Amino acid sequence: MENLGLFFALLGAALSALVAGAGSAVGVGRAGQAAAGLVTDDPSQFSRALILQLLPGTQGIYGLLIAFITLTQIGIMGGSSDISLAKGLLYLAACLPMAIVGYVSASYQSKCSVASIGLIAKRPDQFGRAMIFPAMVETYAILALLVSILSIFGIANVNI
Amino acid sequence: MSVLPMKRVIIVGMKSDRKQILEFLQRRGVLEVRTPKPGKALIQEDDPVFQQIDMSSAKITFDKNVNVAKQALDVLNQAVPDPNAPSMFSGRKAISLTDYETKVKKRDTIMELVYQINSLAKRDAEIKAEIPRVESQLETLQPWLTYELPLEFEGTKYTRVFIGTFPNEVPMEDIYSGIESNAKDITGVDVSIISSSPEQTCVQIVALKKDAAKVEEALRHMSFARPPISGKAPGEQAKDLSNRLDALNKKSAEINENIKLLTDKREDVKFIIDYFKMRSDKYEVLSDLYQSPKTFIITGFAPERETASLAELLESRFDCIVEIKEPKPTTKTPVALTNNGFAAPVEGVVESYSIPGKGEFDPSLPVACFYYILFGLMLSDAAYGIIIVIACAIILSKCKNMEPGTRNTMKMFLFCGIGTTFWGFMFGSFFGDVVNVFASTFLGRSDIALPPIWFEPIDAPIKMLAFSFLIGLIHLFTGLGIKFYTLVKHGQILDAIYDVVFWYFLVGGSVFFLLTMPMITEMLGLSWILPAPVANVALVFMVIGAVGIILTGGRESKNWFKRILKGLYSFYGITSYLSDVLSYSRLLALGLATSVISTVFNKMGSMVASGVGGGIIGFLLFLIIFVIGHALNLAINALGAYVHTNRLQYVEFFGKFFDGGGKAFEPFKENTTYYKVSE
Repeated sequence: MENLGLFFALLGAALSALVAGAGSAVGVGRAGQAAAGLVTDDPSQFSRALILQLLPGTQGIYGLLIAFITLTQIGIMGGSSDISLAKGLLYLAACLPMAIVGYVSASYQSKCSVASIGLIAKRPDQFGRAMIFPAMVETYAILALLVSILSIFGIANVNI
Repeated sequence: MSVLPMKRVIIVGMKSDRKQILEFLQRRGVLEVRTPKPGKALIQEDDPVFQQIDMSSAKITFDKNVNVAKQALDVLNQAVPDPNAPSMFSGRKAISLTDYETKVKKRDTIMELVYQINSLAKRDAEIKAEIPRVESQLETLQPWLTYELPLEFEGTKYTRVFIGTFPNEVPMEDIYSGIESNAKDITGVDVSIISSSPEQTCVQIVALKKDAAKVEEALRHMSFARPPISGKAPGEQAKDLSNRLDALNKKSAEINENIKLLTDKREDVKFIIDYFKMRSDKYEVLSDLYQSPKTFIITGFAPERETASLAELLESRFDCIVEIKEPKPTTKTPVALTNNGFAAPVEGVVESYSIPGKGEFDPSLPVACFYYILFGLMLSDAAYGIIIVIACAIILSKCKNMEPGTRNTMKMFLFCGIGTTFWGFMFGSFFGDVVNVFASTFLGRSDIALPPIWFEPIDAPIKMLAFSFLIGLIHLFTGLGIKFYTLVKHGQILDAIYDVVFWYFLVGGSVFFLLTMPMITEMLGLSWILPAPVANVALVFMVIGAVGIILTGGRESKNWFKRILKGLYSFYGITSYLSDVLSYSRLLALGLATSVISTVFNKMGSMVASGVGGGIIGFLLFLIIFVIGHALNLAINALGAYVHTNRLQYVEFFGKFFDGGGKAFEPFKENTTYYKVSE
């Protein structure tokens, strides 16, 4: 029971990679289906469709990023892994924004991507604008990423 | 750095020169043809002399030719892939006017060739459709192959022969017993099974002629069916069919051979596609022109810098009159942007948001400055930047013939790469921390590392966050500044004060005020704090700004009550400044994403390398992980940096001043795919 702190911290790291990654998998998968449909019709749009498909993929990477920072901070990747229970719970809490917002934003961003792929199917010249709609959703993933990063770096200096 | 000034151009020429003049204009590609509505400018309504002539039927013929030739090109490309297929970087092939004219003379021969290719392809398609039909016939014959008589064989003088199938697999005894039980008093039958499979049993049943009716009745009860094939004996039929199949396959191969032989004429087919496309465009313009029995008029817009040479060339070559006029202030002239080599690459970015409206500022230069900085901050790895710079430089120097649009994009990424390299060195990131990882894993020197010129964001994320906000504020204030400039230029000085200066006071004042508060400076990790008196000055500016906005924000309303309410609503816009500034936190987040993921891959590589005990094998394993990992990281983060730089420009920056809504300059030009004709 002494190492419960470490357990919770690791749970946080795992969740952020897991949940955000799952969101991106769902999102990239969904957008990919639309992209494949577009390329059947117009192979020259492949690169544009690919960019739109990849947009919901970033949440998984942010999740990985948070997981990795947490792992280095709690000593799983070397160093001291002496984490108190309270600190472990703090790490868990710090990872949650990225995990949850990552999942939800990836899912909704992919719906935007699908719609944007439909847009460039009809009007290929509108790619610049089509790209912005999914990018608006990503803002919230970035804000969550920021809160998670700042929290994790902050926890290291908290003395409990 | 501006919108090109446009002039109105009027050309009056002789009808005999019509073709040459139009072709000349098409090759120059500097005139957007816009024919005014009748009743305006030159032409009266129901003008007795000048009429528009409908050319759409000719245009339809040309469009049809384009499509037919495209089909032929597809056929050729399917037979042998095009070695000179147009790619993103290759651009159109230049062809001289004399070459063009020689080729045009051959156009009928080329069109014959096109029709020949298409008819070959059609014949091939027919054969390809027939092959499966023959194959399925062969397949139905399969169960009967061992039978030597024609399947319609009825019998001899005294016997009657039934040839047919039973559903499912039926053993010989069951057939005998079935016939016997259904037809009791017959002399007897002879059953032979020709073939049997789980789906069907093919049989020949011989009975005496006098029993024929009874046997037939019995067979009907047993779901006996006649074979689906008639004609010659199955063996002979099968032989005929396979001969037919061979012939078809041979014919198809022959046709394909013929098509392959024609692939060396591919360039001619491409040429004819472009030729008819240009003619079709020309006839579209022609339908629009006003013509009298002997003359015609072309009106349109051209950039001012082109007009003099255009007029001179036209008048020296043809009997025509060219008039250059200043467009009326109310006319919505087409908009083309012109910029220096530093800002021109981002014109595409600006245009894909919107073309600047008439009289609006062309934001390309400020967009370019911030674009390269913001992209660099988000990718922020020196090695990645160098890779991008080298890749773009190679493409730019190798593919001289690139279309201007692609060339600009490449140049844009080249500058973005320079920005990335700069910030990478500032933040000490070169493939993440590879210098340190490599030194400690293979050289045992953990003290070697690439020091940042400024600081490492991962060690001081809050400092980087503050810097991101600062960049954001500069970006937003630049946007406001452009709005100020535009308003003042249009003489709306009061509007400039109300809509820009008050906001400068309010937002700027707030920033300085916050920087006098210990709470904020501590939070941002600043080592300095503005002295308390600054707070008072800042407060004064804030109040002036706030009051000014509340009083003037709703100035279009005459009613003071309404006006103040609207003003309060404008004041509420301060929250959008807050969210705009916070939006720049993505600079930190994306920058960290690049460096942390690089670190992850470096660490994975070094863990594997030390796992096998270093040495050559360790180094090779490290190299594999390094190359794959960093290629992935570069791709995904360059995409992220590109998308989010665009977002910051479109949403935060353009939102402050840019309305757009102009109409792009679309000159009458060679709108071709493969060739461009030059004088």
